[in-house]
Amino acid sequence: MAHTLVEKRIDWTGILFAVALTIVIVFPLLVVGTWAFTNVWRYPSVIPQEFGLKFWQQTLARADVWSSITMSLSLATMVTLLSAIICLPAAYAFARMDFPGRSILFFSFLAGHAFPKFGLLVAIAGIFLQLNLIGTFWGVVLIQLVGTLLFMIWIPVAAFQAVDRRMEEAARDVGAGPFRVFWSITLPQAGPTIAAAVLLSFVGTFYETEGAWLIGAPQIRTLPVLMISFINNQPVIQYGAVLSVLLWVPSFIALLFARRVISSGSFAKGFGG
Amino acid sequence: MSVLEIRDVTKAFGATKAVDSFSLTVGDGELVCLLGPSGSGKSTLLRMIGGFETPTSGHVAIDGEDVTRVTPEKRPTGMVFQSHALWTHMNVFKNLAFGLKLRRLPEAEIKRRVEAVLELVGLGGFGHRATTQLSGGQQQRVALARSLVLEPKILLLDEPFASLDQHLRERLREEVRDIQQRLKITTLFVTHGQDEALALADRIVVMRDGRTEQAARPDVVYREPATPFVAGFIGTMNLVDGAVANGTFTHSGFTVPLPVGDGAATLAVRPEALEIVSANGGGMAKIHRVTDYGTHAIVDIELPDGTRLKSMTSEARDWSHGQPIDLKPRAFAAYRDNAAIHRSN
Repeated sequence: MAHTLVEKRIDWTGILFAVALTIVIVFPLLVVGTWAFTNVWRYPSVIPQEFGLKFWQQTLARADVWSSITMSLSLATMVTLLSAIICLPAAYAFARMDFPGRSILFFSFLAGHAFPKFGLLVAIAGIFLQLNLIGTFWGVVLIQLVGTLLFMIWIPVAAFQAVDRRMEEAARDVGAGPFRVFWSITLPQAGPTIAAAVLLSFVGTFYETEGAWLIGAPQIRTLPVLMISFINNQPVIQYGAVLSVLLWVPSFIALLFARRVISSGSFAKGFGG
Repeated sequence: MSVLEIRDVTKAFGATKAVDSFSLTVGDGELVCLLGPSGSGKSTLLRMIGGFETPTSGHVAIDGEDVTRVTPEKRPTGMVFQSHALWTHMNVFKNLAFGLKLRRLPEAEIKRRVEAVLELVGLGGFGHRATTQLSGGQQQRVALARSLVLEPKILLLDEPFASLDQHLRERLREEVRDIQQRLKITTLFVTHGQDEALALADRIVVMRDGRTEQAARPDVVYREPATPFVAGFIGTMNLVDGAVANGTFTHSGFTVPLPVGDGAATLAVRPEALEIVSANGGGMAKIHRVTDYGTHAIVDIELPDGTRLKSMTSEARDWSHGQPIDLKPRAFAAYRDNAAIHRSN
């Protein structure tokens, strides 16, 4: 029996990757996290001299922080909602129907991501200026909507294509009209994967910075935009650190939610389909 | 009275005609099997009756009403798919209740009808089960129940048992036949299995290249196949191409008296009708192999040119490899230009 035991080898490659990832991702997070709960931290001390929630109180007491949180949440909600209303039926059309220009249109959603985003944004800003959309809520909604199109079309298309057509036909057969079939059969079948797309689009919009800044400034200030201005203009590091930690909250909640909603493999199905 | 009337229906996909000028009338309560190899257009035909395909030309009428361009949800047909196509996000009860809910029936009525149909297909008490917890046979029963619960005028079954194993297939086939008889529901059954068609059907429609080869009772299709194709497709059949001269059919030493005019002909003999007798001298053919199945034996025969024939006999021990024999067909048919020209029974 003894010689059938496989010698347990140390997976050096795996350890190397894990260490590299830890240094690159976890270490900065730790530093920022520590700064957020630090009252005094002076060179050359390795750990802060004084921990505390002083800067949390100061940050959360600011009106601009609260208004930017509300702004970010309402923007992300509005963009995700509009994106779902526009993109899901479009994705269904891409998945199930054949119409002229289908392939070119389908790949055109990639175009927005294929070029340097900032150049595109500046060009759009020029157009928005003439339309009086600069500095307005709906201007930012519009620009962020463009950013969600790729996820909200491509992932649901794959999800819809993965739904067995016979299931839809069986529903037609028992008396459901096309819209009822979509609502009662196709959407629930594609549900988990679409939930993943919606989640991605919400979180992506919440963190979107360039568009919100270029189109929204100075009237519209989202949390990331505010954080940038804090980091640039404030000599106190803790303000930025506290906002960073605040910004983790939605993605953390999203991740928890994702673990429950997304059955294993549906992400892969969405991207791979 | 005819429940279903298909008149001169053609369905073309590009240049190929999946169904070609097809006509069929089905009477009330009749069970018709559409039988044919894959690509013969039988599934396309069924889908046109269900409303999932629109004919390129021709008409489909149900109960005298033209439904050629009516959408599936407005047709009084119920379809059972090969892949059962159950909605996996609903339990068994909800799968069955979905169509009834669309018809706005009261809750109590829905519950009563669903439970009655589940009982009918032998799945009483399975309502709360998830469809994914069921075996293949149970899933197919649920799919059948989902159609039956709506009491369709015509039940359409598209190779419903193709994905099940042989044993289960035979059992479900009998159950479907029982249910169909009890409910007296007009049924169209698509299959490529001839035993399924022979066991189930009141009438078999043998299809080939989108056309009807023969439409008749199972026993007629088996005993008097209208064309060499049907003869070869239903059951096992020895088909021998040869020539007739002076009232005798000849193919490589194999001769049979055939009282038809001179010319080419195809001879069709069932293995059970092909008698083998010990040869006087050289013989017409030789025994190639004997396979003993206990109740009967199958003897493979080789003609001088290498053509193989099969004979079914009750006694295996009389024959051995290489033995010269003569052939005496007890019953046979002869075909010329795709039509029967002679039958001897």
